[in-house]
Amino acid sequence: MKVAVRYFASVREALGPGEEIEIGAGADIAALRDALIARGGRHGEALGRQRVLRSARNRVLSPDSTPLGDGDEVGFFPPLTGG
Amino acid sequence: MSSARVSIRSDDFDLGAEVAALRQGDGGVGAVATFIGTVRDRNDGAEVQSLELEHYPGMTEAAIEAMIDEAMRRFEIRAARVVHRVGVLAPSAQIVLVAVTSAHRGQAFQACEFLMDYLKTQAPFWKKEAGPGGERWVDARAADDAALARWGIAAGNAADGAGAAPDKR
Repeated sequence: MKVAVRYFASVREALGPGEEIEIGAGADIAALRDALIARGGRHGEALGRQRVLRSARNRVLSPDSTPLGDGDEVGFFPPLTGG
Repeated sequence: MSSARVSIRSDDFDLGAEVAALRQGDGGVGAVATFIGTVRDRNDGAEVQSLELEHYPGMTEAAIEAMIDEAMRRFEIRAARVVHRVGVLAPSAQIVLVAVTSAHRGQAFQACEFLMDYLKTQAPFWKKEAGPGGERWVDARAADDAALARWGIAAGNAADGAGAAPDKR
């Protein structure tokens, strides 16, 4: 299945605004992040588990265990600092 | 007819105009509470020359709409509006406005604080400061998670809850 990944703040600076990813059916947000980390290089650094990141599925804050579907949009970003 | 409840924009806002629009045509309003957040000229001991705000278009508006819905459920308020600026802001510039109307002051004060506490850790904004030493992304504060916890909502933002969603207890 295809998911649209979007990056924000420091993650966007490292990886750009986003990319389309092909990933196996049944993947959740954690599996998607692991697949991106496995590419190594900048992805491994920006998304690595040593960094605290938050994520969203279809523009709603969602935990790692959230299952993904074809066509979903997933955002990865640092903790939020608005207000 | 009141204007939209949420506005994300680069332009500044006018408190008087915002409050007038929020109260307009509602004779039941007996209290208006507002909060404005502004850019400090120092943060963590370092001089701040400008502050840049980034957000997640589409998600930001939906997240704050949901927060206002929750505030309407929890408190006896009549209307609420949130304005949040994005882009590059100078020290002392206005960043965010929360305005709430209600019949009596107690509910307006509470709903205003609730919305601000909620927004700090659950609306997708990121701040980057520029100063004499260069640029740096602002770190999330555990104190902001604690502020939301007072309302019975786990923020999971600054604490090590990677990807955690807000859970209601």
